[in-house]
Amino acid sequence: MFAFLIRRILATIPVMGVVALFVFSLLYLSPGDPAVVIGGDTATPADIAHIREKLGLDRPFLVQFGTWLWNVVRGDLGISIFTNLPVSRLILQRVEPTIALTVCTLIVTIAVAIPMGVIAAWKVGTWIDRLVMAFAVLGFSFPVFVTGYLLIFGLSIWADLLPVQGYVSIANGLRAFLPNMVLPSLALGMVYTALIARITRASMLEVLSQDYIRTAHSKGLGTSQVLLGHALKNASVPIVTTIGIGLALLISGVVVTESVFAIPGLGRLTVDAILRRDYPIIQGVILVFSAAYVLVNLLIDVCYTFLDPRIRY
Amino acid sequence: MIDLARSMLRTAGVAALAGVLAAGAPQAWAQKTLKFIPQADLRSIDPIWTTAYITRNHGYMVYDTLFALDDKFNPQPQMVDRYTISPDQLKYSFTLRDGLKWHDGAPVRAADCIASLKRWEKRDPQGQKLADFTASMEVVDDKSFTITLKEPFALVLDSLAKLSSNTPFMMPERIANTDAFQQITDATGSGPFKFVKEEWVPGNKAVYVKNTDYVPRKEPPSYAAGGKVVKVDRVEWLYVPDASTASAALAAGEVDFYEQPPVDLLPVLEKNKDIVVANIDPQGSQGVLRFNFKNPPFNNVKAREALLYLVDQSDYMRAVAGDPKNWQACPSVYACGTPMSTKQGSEVLTGKRDVAKAKALLKEAGYNGEKVVVLSATDQPIVNNQVLVTLELLRQAGVNAEMKATDWGTMITLRNMKDPIDKGGWNIFHTWVVAPDTATPLLNNALRANGDGAWFGWPDDPAIEKLRDAWLRAPNLEAQKKIAADLQVEAYSFVPYVPTGQFILPSAYRKNLDGVIIAPVTFLWNIDKK
Repeated sequence: MFAFLIRRILATIPVMGVVALFVFSLLYLSPGDPAVVIGGDTATPADIAHIREKLGLDRPFLVQFGTWLWNVVRGDLGISIFTNLPVSRLILQRVEPTIALTVCTLIVTIAVAIPMGVIAAWKVGTWIDRLVMAFAVLGFSFPVFVTGYLLIFGLSIWADLLPVQGYVSIANGLRAFLPNMVLPSLALGMVYTALIARITRASMLEVLSQDYIRTAHSKGLGTSQVLLGHALKNASVPIVTTIGIGLALLISGVVVTESVFAIPGLGRLTVDAILRRDYPIIQGVILVFSAAYVLVNLLIDVCYTFLDPRIRY
Repeated sequence: MIDLARSMLRTAGVAALAGVLAAGAPQAWAQKTLKFIPQADLRSIDPIWTTAYITRNHGYMVYDTLFALDDKFNPQPQMVDRYTISPDQLKYSFTLRDGLKWHDGAPVRAADCIASLKRWEKRDPQGQKLADFTASMEVVDDKSFTITLKEPFALVLDSLAKLSSNTPFMMPERIANTDAFQQITDATGSGPFKFVKEEWVPGNKAVYVKNTDYVPRKEPPSYAAGGKVVKVDRVEWLYVPDASTASAALAAGEVDFYEQPPVDLLPVLEKNKDIVVANIDPQGSQGVLRFNFKNPPFNNVKAREALLYLVDQSDYMRAVAGDPKNWQACPSVYACGTPMSTKQGSEVLTGKRDVAKAKALLKEAGYNGEKVVVLSATDQPIVNNQVLVTLELLRQAGVNAEMKATDWGTMITLRNMKDPIDKGGWNIFHTWVVAPDTATPLLNNALRANGDGAWFGWPDDPAIEKLRDAWLRAPNLEAQKKIAADLQVEAYSFVPYVPTGQFILPSAYRKNLDGVIIAPVTFLWNIDKK
């Protein structure tokens, strides 16, 4: 297992290198010039050329890429063109809200989706099953921003229970932190709840039709023991895989939720940087996302060994 | 019944939350904090390095200016206590006010002001013009300096009081000595607020605290001039990218001031009894339809003239600003409501719309169905809505018009291209400009017609340039107005661009705010939170 972990971690290095080269090339070739954005309407061509020179954008591709790569190897992700702040600082500012939103959403999702999926599989074909499936279809069909607006209207404007927007660091205490997390976690969690409930149900149905489940019933085990002790554990590999994919998506793909609830996370940092061509931020964030994807996948692979003893590396 | 349900839900919810959240409550914030949703995210803190309006507004928070424009567009002393102009109009002598201090406690010196002006002159067109007329700038003593001109220039004080980007903000000499093309990292100013850089989260929040050492002028506030009296302890700029969420946050009282709500949300905000929706920008902005003079058909004046018979400003303004109370037809190339504005020469734009005449003019220009590319930025509704109107008008006139839809960052790069259409070039783009930036022949970039040195589109008309030069040398306001009117007549003959109307973007704020200043820039001094 240890050798496997080392191998997998080392394998991330070429993966990240390819990602870095791909992103750098893509940005180099795409239209858009930060010097023009900075120069504004009154800038002359000479001004723009001067800004490009100051930013090092006038240098050849390979020189720019080489310089950037060398700095990354030394742990320096560069300086944001617009804010003039270190990219590492900007990313660190955004990591906490992103992780907070991811964890809260996962808690909501797992707490709701797995029981729903298990119950739906247990009561397959009944109105409970159909209700769960109807929720799953609805949850999947509703765009996050629609759910978000409805929650804001219902729980913030109408009921005056929760704040509309913003993020308060957990360092300010749970009482300050949690109210701002409820609505975004519910809005974002609805999609993932729907997804995981469906996967749980499907996986459970497959397991529940196995002989050993019938044997467990024959031995006189109670329903909850059969469902949770025997069936759920054996059905958990695809569920964990889906949760893992969801986790990776949550880290990078929650820009809509972050925008609707004004949460300063990594998704918004990326989109804002793309819109204004802040290349160092885009490159830095994508490297971080790539690393997160690779590590999450590794974590999932390790989890398999605990859930299914037949899996060995 | 609904109220009862809401009340019960709220009580139950509060109880549940209180039960769940065991951690101690944070201490109530004893100070007055103004929570403000700005028009954009603060990305740069250097108002000389970038022309972005949001950075200009940040500049007004942190820095002060030597002079400032009042609501009559007259320059008034701000950091300057007194000044004299020599009888030959060549030497301006300035003495700074007592008690001016930088945020680090050091006194403001004349040398700081000269260094700041020199940096500004490297980036700003009006500053560059002032530099052209200047023979020398010299320190007399710590509080006094002079500007000596090569020839009389009536716009010295107007230049020092320039209201919009780039505004000549004063910085300490050590900061002002930074290369004008390099961003500063230190936001030490002498203005009414101090920037709290440690709390700055780009894309989310910028924080300012009251500068308790600031000595405001005694005069009442008037645009950027007068006393900058700060009545709150702290201002938080909270960037909320989603307009619906921002409106909801204002309705819920989580923020106090929403600078530019989109026009489609205004009716909702107007219905809220706790919110004031007001036009705090008296002049607003002008829409612009800009031609590319490098590509046919608009390299021919007849084709450009055709657009003057097609454009109906009310169509554009309805698309951009909705409710007629938020816009006006304004054929003047100088923003209506500013001293130079005039209707002279604009009859062709305000007369009867005539598609047949436009078709005939296009034919005279030799237009024969070639593709006409109109650039658009779909993430900028003001641009995109104008583009949609233009496309419709062009098609009515039989033009084979096509929209090239991109985002703003790409569009402003594409408009740099001088290539022909088959190599990715363009024919028309739209934008908008705030009134202070179109107020005079010097400030209105779209009026420049010096060929490759001109604003994107690169028109070339020596007559316009000659009149602009004459305007710069005009000895007084009356002479300036006369030349500005002549220049407009020439502009409507040469057609460097077509103004598409003048609109305002109202602001919305909670009723407990008092003292909001009416001005083309949103200033946050003088505002009290009751």
